[in-house]
Amino acid sequence: MIRKLGLLILVLAIAGGVGFWFLSAPSYVDPARIAATAPGDAQRGTAIFWQGGCASCHAAPGAKGDARLVLTGGLNLITPFGTFVAPNISPSQQGIGEWSFEDLANAMMEGVSPAGSHYYPAFPYTSYARMQLQDIADLHAFLKTLPPSDNVAGPHKLGFPFNVRRGLGLWKRLYLSPDPVLTIADASDAAKRGQYLVEGPGHCGECHTPRNPIGGMEKAQWLAGATAAEGKGVVPNITGGEGGIADWSANDIAYALESGFTPEFDSLGSSMADVVLNTAHLQGTDREAIAAYLKAVPPHPNGYPTAK
Amino acid sequence: MHRLISFAAAPLLAIAVLSVSANADPIKDRQAIMKDQGKTVGSITPIIKGEKPFDAALVIAALKHLNEDAEKIDAATLFPAGSDKGETTASPKIWEDNAGFLAALTKYKKDAAAAAAAEPKDLESFKVAFNQVTENCAACHKAFRIKKD
Repeated sequence: MIRKLGLLILVLAIAGGVGFWFLSAPSYVDPARIAATAPGDAQRGTAIFWQGGCASCHAAPGAKGDARLVLTGGLNLITPFGTFVAPNISPSQQGIGEWSFEDLANAMMEGVSPAGSHYYPAFPYTSYARMQLQDIADLHAFLKTLPPSDNVAGPHKLGFPFNVRRGLGLWKRLYLSPDPVLTIADASDAAKRGQYLVEGPGHCGECHTPRNPIGGMEKAQWLAGATAAEGKGVVPNITGGEGGIADWSANDIAYALESGFTPEFDSLGSSMADVVLNTAHLQGTDREAIAAYLKAVPPHPNGYPTAK
Repeated sequence: MHRLISFAAAPLLAIAVLSVSANADPIKDRQAIMKDQGKTVGSITPIIKGEKPFDAALVIAALKHLNEDAEKIDAATLFPAGSDKGETTASPKIWEDNAGFLAALTKYKKDAAAAAAAEPKDLESFKVAFNQVTENCAACHKAFRIKKD
């Protein structure tokens, strides 16, 4: 009897292990879609680079001006899950110099490295998954033109169970999807463009939307603001709900993304000051598109607990 | 003897009371200065955005006013240790990296003084002065302010 029970446990453990291995396997962008994409245009890729905000995490911490184009990595994101270290993504041996367009597409849209391991979602592939492949091809071409760096950024510092990368395969089954977050009836062309920029490359929801205890986004509170995942304090509510930005006009939003000034001429602070360094490079029409989308987003009250 | 002590102590007491009342609410005081600076920047931004024509008198007055506000910011009285508690968005980093905070403040004061002294007479030179001053807003708020709510 005891031997039979032991055998049963062993069989279940093996089945569980096999199941885990199967369910946590990486998935890839369809090679046919890769092949059907036109060669990347580095000039167009410049715009994608600023839309994606790559420099905010991958430039050397504190870099200014042209130094933000040297993607040395090394920024530490200190979160409740542990410390994530942004890697070097410059075109060098230490960076991603060897990467093909397909490698970049799988990294950004499936969160999978060329060696087939899962990336942590501190790298916002959950948003980039909504990007157009052509934009990634153009970005790939642009990244190749940037200065190389031999900086070694070092590994993440995570505790168990978060250091088990394979487990992210299960997490992705729950939270990685290329589908748009919102369905906006009768959206204007500007709002549609804004939706692409905000939900895709701009990855605004990664910080502005609250998350559940295992780091999944609470999409029912999309852009409602959140307790900061990194550092202290909160990230503001950017919907029209209570505590949000209902009293900002579309022009106010576009101007804030260009200049860093709020309608009261306070300046945007914390990590948003850095985001403005990216959005200031966007075309004016794209900033207006983001504003049009934010004005069309369903209002929610603040997605973070009130202090006191 | 008693009278002598109270006599000698009176000025000290007066100083103590005065300095306490001057710092009674550093959070409110510094927020008033910040708000005033925001208002001043807001008064000249339409010119930068091209919504209003360049007006030398208005611009020069605003830059001088901004400099007066900048001069009022004294880190010791407006940002005393412990004043990150309460209705404030001051980041604890102000005290954790006080040298960095003081350096940022010194830079702002220098830039504000230079912009006020420049007395720009045309839009192009105004833009230079404006950017020189306002880049300090973002730089300091990025490092030393957090939203808490």
